[in-house]
Amino acid sequence: MSSRRAPWTLMTTPFRDISRRAVITTGIIVWVMVVAGWWILSHTNLVPPMFLPSPEKVWAAGVRLMSDGSLFVHTLASLEVVMLGFAISSVLAIPIGLWMGSYRAVQAVLEPLVNFVRYLPVTAFVPLLILWIGIGIQQRVSVIILGTFFQQVVMIADSARAVPRDLVNASYTLGTKRSEVVWHVIFPAALPDILDTLRVTLGWAWSYLVVAELVAASSGLGYITIKAMRGFQVDVIFMAIATIGVLGLLSDLFFRFLRARVAPWAHR
Amino acid sequence: MGTSMTELSPSSPMETTAVELFPKKRRALGSPARLAIENVTLRYGGPAGTLAVDDVSIDVEQNEFCVIVGPSGCGKSSLLYLAAGLTELTAGDIRVDGHIVTEPGPDRGMVFQGYTLFPWLTVRQNVEYGPKRKGLGKAERRAVAERFLGEVGLGQFADAFPAQLSGGMKQRVALARALANDPSVLFMDEPFGALDSQTRGTMQKLLLRVWEHTQKTVLFVTHDIDEAILLGDRVVVMTARPGRIKAEIKVDFPRPRSMDLVLEPEFIALKRRILGLLHDEIDEEH
Repeated sequence: MSSRRAPWTLMTTPFRDISRRAVITTGIIVWVMVVAGWWILSHTNLVPPMFLPSPEKVWAAGVRLMSDGSLFVHTLASLEVVMLGFAISSVLAIPIGLWMGSYRAVQAVLEPLVNFVRYLPVTAFVPLLILWIGIGIQQRVSVIILGTFFQQVVMIADSARAVPRDLVNASYTLGTKRSEVVWHVIFPAALPDILDTLRVTLGWAWSYLVVAELVAASSGLGYITIKAMRGFQVDVIFMAIATIGVLGLLSDLFFRFLRARVAPWAHR
Repeated sequence: MGTSMTELSPSSPMETTAVELFPKKRRALGSPARLAIENVTLRYGGPAGTLAVDDVSIDVEQNEFCVIVGPSGCGKSSLLYLAAGLTELTAGDIRVDGHIVTEPGPDRGMVFQGYTLFPWLTVRQNVEYGPKRKGLGKAERRAVAERFLGEVGLGQFADAFPAQLSGGMKQRVALARALANDPSVLFMDEPFGALDSQTRGTMQKLLLRVWEHTQKTVLFVTHDIDEAILLGDRVVVMTARPGRIKAEIKVDFPRPRSMDLVLEPEFIALKRRILGLLHDEIDEEH
């Protein structure tokens, strides 16, 4: 889109669109600058290599761990835990959240409890969970469920509550029964928001995974970083963090794609 | 002149209520009105709360197009929500074909002031929604949707999503959706209130034509006097809050009616009277 206004005016106008090319170019430039800055910092020894490995060393560590298959194994182990925890949490949180958002009675029962639990730091539960269920995969999955479930319930309940009253009223005048309204109206109306909630909370699930793996695990990307710390392998730590970042980016893209497919009517 | 008029004396609302002056039954016993609103009162927030609707009685006969006008906040929309069963009344009865209304149901369709199409369904699926709830087969549903989308002139938009439609088109689909369910009574709550005046005119013309085809029993709420006279067989004027009935005016202009009716001297005379009735209310309020 061409404009008679100066680029500076366009950039400093709130909500004003800029071209897709400009968005992509900017994204690339930022990444190039970050990596270049990193390269300069590590090669000029401004930061000792013990703390900041060079980009090439991190890349080499990635290639090394990839060729011996261990990166794959640990990534898979982490993915398994995150997906399991996130799936269990979501499958429970969607109906319970919808329920809580739709029925004042359910809200009255659950809200005081959920709001208490959701402000408790998940990290505080890690020792307790280890005592209760040991250091197996169940413990890590539990940490993720604990960290995401209560947040999801509250956010999904809010989405359900935000469904316009007259949308529900209209469905009643068209013959929808009270028992059908949550499934036929509130759920589809809230679906785009629910998918957004899932996208955001999946990011949190990844942070809790690392917490769980740092404390008690024998595999996974968090475990790699703790092992690398003991051997002063800063390059491996960087590589593991970058891997989590890439996985997070991919899952974010996946949910954006899913939202566009499942709720094409709610594109933004 | 094609109009007759009943009007309350402009006395204090404390002394006079609509009920005293309007006999509840104006028809032979044993033949209930399609919609009977009987001494309905709505009070928000408990016994000491705000009185929104005060002892209102309106009968709407089969195939009648009845319009309620009143100053904003007079409880005319509340009255529709009560009749549709979407709000619980404080006192009184509402009957459709003699049966007391206790909850919303598909026998009472409604076109809302805001846009209430289901955004996740296409236009066709929106219109098919009611018939589907009723258990109609796929082919039947499709035929019904086709017919009513044709009626509102949106056949070629059947596969569009509501987000792709203009405001006027959304309300046309909402009308088709309500009609597709074949309700006994159709409530319309300022359905064109959010539209620009040109679109509103188009919609009024469309509604006149559709109504002449379908002959639905309609209870229509508006604050637009032209709209009320143009569309209605009868105009019920309500007082400012708490909502009471101030006057009922029969509108006898022959049908089919055209938009040019608003220029007729009889129309203008009628409009002047209703305006006068409404101005009393607004002046009293301030």
